[in-house]
This record gives sequence, C-alpha cells and structure tokens, in this order.
Amino acid sequence: MTSDNDRRRGLLARLRGRPAARSRGRRRLGAAVRLFAALMLAGGAYTVFAPGAQAQDNPPLTGAAAEGKALFDVSCVTCHGRNAQGVEGRGPSLIGVGAASVEFQVSSGRMPLARQEAQAHRKPPVFTDEQVRQLGQYVQELGGGPVVPGTEDNLHEDGNVAAGGELFRINCSQCHAFGGGGGALSSGKFAPSLHPATDRQIYAAMLSGPQNMPVFGDNQITPEQKADIIAYIQETLKTDQDPGGFNLGRYGPSTEGLAIFLVGIVALVFASLWIAGKS
Amino acid sequence: MKRRKFDLAATPGKAAVGVDDRFQVATPLRRLLNKVFPDHWSFLLGEIALFSFIVLLLTGVFLTFFYEPAMTEVVYDGSYAPLQGTPMSAAYASSLDLSFDVRGGLVMRQMHHWAALLFMAAIVVHMLRVFFTGAFRKPRETNWIIGSLLFWVGFLAGFTGYSLPDDGLSGTGLRIASAIMLSIPVIGSWLTSSIFGGEFPGTIIISRFFIAHVLLIPGLLLALISAHLGLVFKQKHTQWPGPGRTNGNVVGERMFPRYALKQGGFFMVVFGVIALLGGLFQINPIWLFGPYEAWVVSAASQPDWYVMFLDGSTRLMPAWELNIPIGDGYVIPPLFWPTVVLPGILVGLSTMYPFLEARHLKDRKSHNLLQRPRDVPARTAVGAMAVSFYVVLTLSGGNDVIADKFQISLNAMTWAGRVGLLVVPPLAYYVTYRLCLGLQQHDREVLAHGVETGIIRRLPDGRFVEVHQPLSAANGHADGHGELDYVGWVVPKKMNRLGALGPAVRGFFYPIEKPVEAPVSPGHPPVEPRPERAEIGSGESRH
Repeated sequence: MTSDNDRRRGLLARLRGRPAARSRGRRRLGAAVRLFAALMLAGGAYTVFAPGAQAQDNPPLTGAAAEGKALFDVSCVTCHGRNAQGVEGRGPSLIGVGAASVEFQVSSGRMPLARQEAQAHRKPPVFTDEQVRQLGQYVQELGGGPVVPGTEDNLHEDGNVAAGGELFRINCSQCHAFGGGGGALSSGKFAPSLHPATDRQIYAAMLSGPQNMPVFGDNQITPEQKADIIAYIQETLKTDQDPGGFNLGRYGPSTEGLAIFLVGIVALVFASLWIAGKS
Repeated sequence: MKRRKFDLAATPGKAAVGVDDRFQVATPLRRLLNKVFPDHWSFLLGEIALFSFIVLLLTGVFLTFFYEPAMTEVVYDGSYAPLQGTPMSAAYASSLDLSFDVRGGLVMRQMHHWAALLFMAAIVVHMLRVFFTGAFRKPRETNWIIGSLLFWVGFLAGFTGYSLPDDGLSGTGLRIASAIMLSIPVIGSWLTSSIFGGEFPGTIIISRFFIAHVLLIPGLLLALISAHLGLVFKQKHTQWPGPGRTNGNVVGERMFPRYALKQGGFFMVVFGVIALLGGLFQINPIWLFGPYEAWVVSAASQPDWYVMFLDGSTRLMPAWELNIPIGDGYVIPPLFWPTVVLPGILVGLSTMYPFLEARHLKDRKSHNLLQRPRDVPARTAVGAMAVSFYVVLTLSGGNDVIADKFQISLNAMTWAGRVGLLVVPPLAYYVTYRLCLGLQQHDREVLAHGVETGIIRRLPDGRFVEVHQPLSAANGHADGHGELDYVGWVVPKKMNRLGALGPAVRGFFYPIEKPVEAPVSPGHPPVEPRPERAEIGSGESRH
C-alpha cells in the first residue's frame, strides 16, 4: 500500500507542489468553493428534474373548466377539498369520476349536499344547466372519466321499448322496483324513484354508478341498450295510463292489502251498520 | 157460453198449492221461512266473506274462459306494445290478453283479485268478532274449527291464484314457496319435486295449480262453507243478552221476508263495493312485472296481505342454521322455523282455542248468549295479543316499502320488528286487560249511581256534587240510588232528555240569542231593546 501512497503523493506534488507547503487559509477557501459548487449542482439538478410548483397548472384549463373551477371553489370545495382531491371524512375525491357523475349529482340537485347522511336526496337543482356543464368540464379536465355523449336532452329516440323492458326487469327492477318507484336498501340507503329523472340523468347514473348504484359501463350495457332502457322508463313506466284505475302508488301488494281494509272493509262495515240499523 | 174469469191475484196461491200437492214442501218450508235470526251489525261480517266468495265464483268462471294454464313458450303479439315480441309462457300471454284484449277482462280480473282480498279480510274480521264475543264456546267449537280451516284453505286458494298469471311477481312467490317446502327436514326435497314435477319451476306447476285453484280448492271451500252455514242453522245463531233474550231462545227477525230481503240487499252492496274496487283501483299490474324469469326479482315483491305475516316472520328470523352431526352433517335451514313451524303452531293454537279456554275455566255448559269483550278481560287481552303479534309480522312483511316511503333505515325496521314481536304483544295484553277492567268499573258505577249529567250542585254546607240521573225509580234510597244488576248488555251512558235541562245555549252553528225582556219601572219609559243588527244581504228580510 505504501507504493500506492507514494505514487498518489507524487501526482499531487507535481500539480500543486508539496501539500505541506499549502497555507491553512488557502485550504479552507478551496473546501468552501468545492462545497458551494456541489450544492449548486445538487440544487440545480433538483430544480431541473423535480416537479415544480407551477407544474399542476399545466396544461391550462379551458374556458368552461375555469368557470367550473370558480364555481367549484365557492360551492364544492368545503367537502371535496382543493383541486377536488377530497377531504377525509367529508367528501370523496372527484378525480376520475368524470363529467357524467357531475351531471347526475348536480343536475338532480343531490349536490351540493344538504347534510351528511346515508344518501343524498333529490332536490331542486342549485346550478343552471350551463353551470353544471362547466363544473362537469372542470372535473373532466382534472382526471377524465365517463361522459354522457352529446348535449341532446332526448337520448331514447331510437330506443326499443320491449328490449328495454326486459333489460330493466333484469338489471334495474331489483332496486328501483317494477314500476320504477324505488325501493329500500340497507341502513337508510335507498334506490330513488325514477319518475323525476331525465334521460341524461338516467344515462349518467348508469355510466357513473352514483351512491349505491353499480356502474353499468358501455361494455356491460351498450349505448344502444341504454337507450332502450331509458325508452322503457320514459315511454312505458312514466306514461303508463294505469288501465286498471288508481295505481295505489305501485307499491305492490302492500298498499293493496291496506286498501282492502281501509276501503273495502270500512265501507262494508258501515253498510252492515246501516242495514242492521234498519229494523 | 160462460167465460171463465182469469183471476190474477189468485194465481200465485194456486201455483203454490199445485207445487205443494206434488212435493209436500209447505211444512218444511214454513219452518225454514219462519226461522228467526238475531239482528246485530256484527253478525253480518261473515256474510261479507260469503258474498265475496259468490263474486269469486262468478268472476272466476269468466276468467277460465280465456285463461290458458300452460307453460309452453310463446312470443307475445297482443296489444300491449312494451311486451310485444317477448317470449313468455302461454299462461302469462293469456293473462295479458285477458287484461288488454278481452272486453271487460281487466275489470273481471281485478274484481276477482279484490274479491279474494276481501274474502280473506272478511274471514279475519268475522273471526275476530266470534272470538271477542265468545261465540266459539260450546256447542259451537266445531264451527270455529271449520272457520279456521276456511282461512287456511282460502290462504291456499289465494296462493295458487297468485301463481297462475306466471308474471314476475307470481314466479317470485312460487320460488319462495318451493324454498319453504325444501326447508322441511327429511321430506322437503321429495315434497318439492313431487309438486313441481322435478326441479323448480319445471313445466307442470301452472297446470297443477290451475286445477287446484279452479276445482279442488273451491270444492273444498264450498263444502266447508256449506258445513259452516248448516251448523249455524242447526245450532242457531248466538245473540246478545238483553231484555227478553235468554240462553234458551232466539229473538230476532224471521228469515222471510225481512231477513232474506236484507241479506239480498247486503249481497248487492258487497257486489257493488267489489265492482267499485275492481273498476277504480288497479291491482296487480302484471304487465309491469313482465314474464317470470328466475333472474328477475323486483323490489317490493310481496305476497298478498294474508300471506305477508309469513314474509314478515322470515324477514325477522335471524340466520340461525341448525347443524345436526349425522353422517355428513344435516342442516335445518333458518327458513324452516318462521315458515313451517310458526304457521303450524298458529294453526294448532287457533283451532284448539275453544277447548283450551273451556279446560282452563272448567266450563262445560252450553252458551248461546254472547259476552261483551270487556266482561272477559283475559280472553280479550289474549285476542289483542294475538292481533298485535299478527300485525307486527304483517308490517314486517312490508318493511322495505315502509322503510323506503317513510325514510327509515331498513335495518332499524328489522330490529324494530324483532323487538316489537316480543314486546308489543305482552304490552297489548296488559293495556287491553286494564281497559276492560276500566270499562267494567264504569258500567258498575252507572248502574249504582245513574248517568252523569254534568250538572254540579252546591250543597248548603258548601260541598259540590254532581247530579246523576238514576236509571231506575228510587227503591228506598232518598237520593235515587238503587243497585241494578248487570245483564251483560250495553249500559246507557248518555243522559236522555227526560229530567234534564234543555241545552244552555240554543243553536247549532252559532248561538241563537234573544234579548232579555227589559224590566219596566213605574215612572220611566220602557227601555228600548237594542235594535237588531241586520246583515248586509240581498235586501230580503230573513223573517
């Protein structure tokens, strides 16, 4: 090992002369310069490679999305957090839920939420259709996700009612009931009535699977089949004239049982009181 | 030639004599037509069931003309557009045709269904009347048993009828019935496969249920109803106690003409109510449920109301599976207890009740007089307990609909049902018992002191007493008190006009006041009465 040391010392001696000859001051200065250079290098490399603070604004939002962000920052940010990243225990992240989800939740008045409970209720909407589109655009540009196609209000023009009926009974009636009036789920959750829902809301709900509803993506129920289902809901369930008379709320045999006592038995008990009284 | 005069007035009499000469029916017919029935509104409840059964037979016959009891697959091409081109069973297709293409078919179907619900409801209401008044006691225990059987046979009739349209709802009901049968230990699988002809649903069940529904069960119902009515004739109707009514007589109206006419009228009323229900209220919209497919189960799939208590007991039952370590292990599913054991206990208890009560009270006498519910607090309270038990189960049977429409958690509904099933009946027993005792007490008070008048009198020593109107002439008591015996009938609780002051303020909607006659003092001009204020009106005088 001594020979190695000699050779290295020889090399340094040729460049800088004898090390013992360097003054203490110069040695200190050199160390400082080297440290500074190393720091500059590391800092520079970090600045070049690390994501900068301004990187999140890229790519810049489109005009509609910027409008949506402005609305979001006023009405939604409390629960969904800054940049829709969600707030623990208050509201989920909206990144990747897509414009379909926004369209369903906001246009049906479910969002903004009235209070934290098992499930959001339909309310008169707070935002106009234009504002809903802007909010949707904003959430869409944040992280993508499903979108209701087009801007048309009528999505069931080409729908086949009979095919839609079969699909409805197989996929929807378990929760929304045979008449579309809705039904109970566990722990205060429920499948809402379909009667106030618009075409776009039903379509958006199938795409985004809001609350407890499963997602019916385009690979499970094709867009044509979705149109069939919407056609069945809008053309048959909502316009069914109830040929048998008052439909008792279409709650099935429960209200029929109530009716036979409240109407049938009550009427006939009064009749028997009347007849027995005539003696 | 002398013309024979045709005497119209004598024709019926002559015809009757002619009939009697040939068949000798006058004597038995006189007995029958003079038979006396006691009159009380609560005795007409059973008739509602009888008359709805007649409506069931009439509408049911109409339905059989068009219904096709087959499970062969057809493609629907009737007039209900949303199902056109859908493959379905012939039974369902013919039910749809009945609803949409047969003239008057839908109203007949709906009347049939409403009449079925009314039949069962009237049976239950009639049964409650018989129970709470003690009409089931000796000698009428047999009729009580027949009545209970009528409920269960009606239950079967309803269930088989519910299954016939073969829509989504009836198939779901059938699936549950097959599961219940499968849950019976040892014989379950044999029972199910023999009824369904193999695996559920098979291809035979609709035809089998059809023949059961239109022949076997109605035949059985008809036989039981005949026996029921025959026994009422033979044993005579019970009556309420009261003046002139004893355990050994029947006070009331003769069968002919008054009773028969009233019954005829009441049949028309029942028919009318069923027709109104069938025409105004939609029942079981089979076209919305679609054809039955095993993978189609709608929310709010409930049985008709009289089966709903079984649905409720199933929903309340915890998932307790009984594993019996025999061989590879034998499992008794939790479904067995609420749907097989519970109804079994209910049938046993309800049919045997007359004997249980007689044994408990050591009562071997014959009773033709009814008891007011308040006079037998223990029985009334047991009845209230049974009713509340049934009501909790029935409400639990529809608990998803209640939870959804009243925005209650379904889990809370289930637990409320579980707790309620154990807590409510004893509570109902206690409350009813106390109510009966309170009512008895008040009856005795009135018999002892008379009817409350609301008039408070101040005595010379400053005390206040309420004046009572005695029910009878004072016998020895200066204050009108006389002990009257309770005869088991209504005690008057409201004062009659006799001996009481007229109403303090006259007028029904607004008090009619007359100005007091002004006193006339000597030397002063008489005080003018206040001029009557006239309403602004048409100008015509009100007087």
